[in-house]
Amino acid sequence: MSGELTGLTAAAIAASVAAGDVSAVEVTTAHLDRIEAVDASVHAFLHVAADGALRAARAVDDQRAAGRPLGPLAGVPLALKDVFTTIDMPTTCGSRILAGWQPPYDATITKRLRRAGIVILGKTNMDEFAMGSSTENSAFGPSRNPWDLSRVPGGSSGGSAAAVAAFEAPLAIGTDTGGSIRQPGAVCGIVGVKPTYGGSSRYGVVAFASSLDTPGPLARTVLDAALLHEAMSGHDPCDSTSLDAPVPPVVAAARQADVAGLRIGVVTELSGAGYQPGVLARFSEAVELLESLGAKVGEVSCPHFSYALPAYYLIAPSECSSNLARFDAMRYGLRVGDDGTHSAEEVMSLTRAAGFGAEVKRRIMLGTYALSSGYYDAYYGKAQQVRTLITRDFDAAFEQADVLVSPATPTTAFPIGERADDPMAMYLADLCTIPSDLAGNAAISVPCGLAAEDGLPVGLQIMAPVLADDRMYRVGAAVEAALDQRRGHPLLDEANGLGAAGPGREAGR
Amino acid sequence: MSITREEVAHLASLSRLALGEDELDRFAGQLDVIIAAVARVQEVAAEGIPPMTHAAGVINVFRDDTVVPPLGADAVLSQAPSAEQGRFRVPRILAED
Amino acid sequence: MTETMPVVPYDGAVARYDPVFGLETHVELGTVTKMFCGSPAGFGAEPNAAVCPVCLGLPGSLPVINRAAIEYTIRIGLALNCSIASWCRFARKNYFYPDMPKNYQISQYDEPLCTDGWLDITVAGADFRIGIERVHLEEDTGKSLHVGGATGRIHGADYSLVDYNRAGIPLVEVVTKPVPGTGALAPVVARAYVTELREVLRALDVSDVRMEEGSLRCDVNTSLAPRGSGTWGTRTETKNVNSLRSVERAVQSEIERQAAVLDAGRRVVLETRHYHEETGQTTPGRSKEEAQDYRYFPEPDLVPVAPSAEWVERLRATLPELPSARRSRLQAVWGLSDLDMTALGNAGALDLVAGTVAAGAAPADARKWWLGELSRHANESGTELTALPVTPAQVARIAELVASGSLNDRLARQVLDGVLAGQGSPDEIVAARGLAVVSDEGTLLAAVDAAIAANQEVAAKVLDGKIAAAGALVGAVMEATRGQADAARVRELILQRLAQP
Repeated sequence: MSGELTGLTAAAIAASVAAGDVSAVEVTTAHLDRIEAVDASVHAFLHVAADGALRAARAVDDQRAAGRPLGPLAGVPLALKDVFTTIDMPTTCGSRILAGWQPPYDATITKRLRRAGIVILGKTNMDEFAMGSSTENSAFGPSRNPWDLSRVPGGSSGGSAAAVAAFEAPLAIGTDTGGSIRQPGAVCGIVGVKPTYGGSSRYGVVAFASSLDTPGPLARTVLDAALLHEAMSGHDPCDSTSLDAPVPPVVAAARQADVAGLRIGVVTELSGAGYQPGVLARFSEAVELLESLGAKVGEVSCPHFSYALPAYYLIAPSECSSNLARFDAMRYGLRVGDDGTHSAEEVMSLTRAAGFGAEVKRRIMLGTYALSSGYYDAYYGKAQQVRTLITRDFDAAFEQADVLVSPATPTTAFPIGERADDPMAMYLADLCTIPSDLAGNAAISVPCGLAAEDGLPVGLQIMAPVLADDRMYRVGAAVEAALDQRRGHPLLDEANGLGAAGPGREAGR
Repeated sequence: MSITREEVAHLASLSRLALGEDELDRFAGQLDVIIAAVARVQEVAAEGIPPMTHAAGVINVFRDDTVVPPLGADAVLSQAPSAEQGRFRVPRILAED
Repeated sequence: MTETMPVVPYDGAVARYDPVFGLETHVELGTVTKMFCGSPAGFGAEPNAAVCPVCLGLPGSLPVINRAAIEYTIRIGLALNCSIASWCRFARKNYFYPDMPKNYQISQYDEPLCTDGWLDITVAGADFRIGIERVHLEEDTGKSLHVGGATGRIHGADYSLVDYNRAGIPLVEVVTKPVPGTGALAPVVARAYVTELREVLRALDVSDVRMEEGSLRCDVNTSLAPRGSGTWGTRTETKNVNSLRSVERAVQSEIERQAAVLDAGRRVVLETRHYHEETGQTTPGRSKEEAQDYRYFPEPDLVPVAPSAEWVERLRATLPELPSARRSRLQAVWGLSDLDMTALGNAGALDLVAGTVAAGAAPADARKWWLGELSRHANESGTELTALPVTPAQVARIAELVASGSLNDRLARQVLDGVLAGQGSPDEIVAARGLAVVSDEGTLLAAVDAAIAANQEVAAKVLDGKIAAAGALVGAVMEATRGQADAARVRELILQRLAQP
């Protein structure tokens, strides 16, 4: 019973709860049991809120019993990245400096989830302050990839991706700044979405890089991602950069799942040297598949994409050096060295040295450097110009194609520890995802098979213009349906990192 | 283009990071590599190209001048590392000037 | 802490050097809520009671611009004859300080909302046009209480206690262009500029402009160059100048100090200096040459502000009559001298006089009461005229009672004292104390005769033509009537009685 419930999609759970076939409490209990059973191995969660989750589930059941209408995802459990503030749970961002911090307010998205009757199971592990591509930068230890526990689940939203891939939750929310949703989604074999920048609220999302941070859904199916996308998105007056525009019709698009006549552009610059052969093979097959489904496929060139990574590693650290200045031991969080002999300035420096991990320190110093007078124009200023050029590349490409496609990541999941001491190698994991963060357009990663050489999942990235998020859902759902049909089962059924514990198979969907 | 250990020490001080000697050594090497890599943005011919600070091309987002109830002192001080007389207690401040 | 520094007497300093000054004035706006959040911006809340996630800089919080703060700033810019930017952005000014919740201040850097204006002032009959470089908007910081140590000041304190209620209150900074060519008048012109700016802000009703409460604070830049050289010297920036008198004294004290430095053949150091209210002197602070690198960059949490021409014109239409125009108009109507008008301005009594005249008093009487008796009271109690517990209407009533002969000046002062003591309205006090001029001629004549009888020698002198001697008789009559007589009438009666037949 419990295995069956954790194997269900969010859409199926919501339908069953609404129909009264199963209670939200039963669904929640099943997922809490699953977490209990596997999270010691996966370490997707930093905090599990069993009581709060059951309380929220009971409220949904009561609501149904009272005959009041339920939202489209009412009673569905969700894993929330530990970067969203929650009034009833600690919010640490994977950092020692915030260990135990209990925010006095809910993020806008947290509020929307609660209002929608979505059951928040707990907070998921992440690279410290969302800086990283593996969760190895979490102060609380890495999460593990359910396909192979010796490998990373990607990052920074690695805990969220691992939770969904390990059937600990059907839905999760992450944030994408340079690929932090799509990359872990891809390497965990699930769907990860970066909505259009401004499409989902940043209020209550502890900032990494303000002009890039974008909350988005992770799910096992494109439709589930779309349902969550609609539930969490929309204009927020508390976020000045939030777009005052209707949420694109992503659920309808996911249901439409049709690419006939759609123009699909393959980005020339996002392939070739440095890409794992198995990744390129699966990617090519996916493109051929799209063509066979009636899409018009052509190559498009985005010449400035090769400068996206350097531009990103100037813009994001610059903003983070300022955003993270507030962690100074004065008002909340860790305080080190307050023994009466040290000044406030010294206590700040001692606390930040002890509270931040190496990657965060590197980026803060890099950003401080890039913003310094004398360097600003050559680094930060130049990076912003590159950002304009990349956006123009997208504009031109979207003249020729309705959506653009590329691999979501250059490689599959790498072994834990392999890149931990080599920042530049780690940064390459976001090579394909960064351009859309810089330009602010929408992008999704959809599983497209396993790489032959390591048997690990490969993601297909589909990029759509600003506020045309629905297009990529159409394409993603079509690819997903065709591949599932060809394979005879969802890709995740083949995950065996947790041995026989894979509930997908038990469920026999 | 390369960054010296002294510059890294200065950056650490500007960033309020009390780094140890070994950390300074390690970061100096790493930052040197990273800065050399990101400096590639300077290869781009960007003459006359406007800088892009926001992905959202939005302007004039304001709120009305109406009160939203504040959190209250208890709520904010409960998370303070140290508090006294309804205020945040902080170590002695060296004069800014 | 304040070591004595060599100074040159002021007259000597300005005889040999040309001063140039500039002012940066910070004004807390009187909006209902803070700059970037809905927390209340008013004074008086318990410590840290008026804070929210945004103004406390809690992780995850985001700023949203208060439209009223933008409108107030544009109105200030328009009143100061500035151009209003058609597009501008906020920036982050990065530096660590415990009273700054985010360790960056959201401010405007190279894209201020208002630029390039001016404010005209008149000092000692001469007109000066003070150039306005920029008017920009930023957020205020929290306030620290320093505990331990001898002085309760930051130096030597054991620790500090921070209240963030003030953090995030909108702050407008009005920056002048350097003001050359004022010579020995520099300190007075600086003071007159701040006085006039304060009047403009008050007329706009955008701030309570109370310097003593810190809602208007000044930094003063001063430099000297050898007289007639046409060059400009190295400037210093004096902070913590928080009264009109201090503005004047700070400029003067820097002129005297810098003159001594230059006389000694040394160079003035580009630095921040602190003004000390008690001594009127400045002491050195941080050297600007080792100044922090603020790493300004456009605030990514906010979007650009682009006021449309139509919006600006709508705001221009709401501008009130500005103080200088109003003063000219009132001066013409009231028929007062330039000197009187300046005195009224300096005392902050213009509105009070206008209110008193509006309530029926003659302009000269209104001026006399507010600049005389009431100013004396304000000085004695250390408050502003506006803070005195008397209304212009009450002053007008007292003036009316004097004009009609019901009260003499002495009685009128007693009535005023009663009003200030909270004993009621002028009429109530007159009634309660029985204060009225004795106007019954019979009673007065009896008192006059009694006084003459009791002072025969004096009366004889008057009879001899020494009219001045009558004063003693007047005094005796006034004493006999406990002051409740019209002294002029008493004198007339005495002279009548002692006139040669």
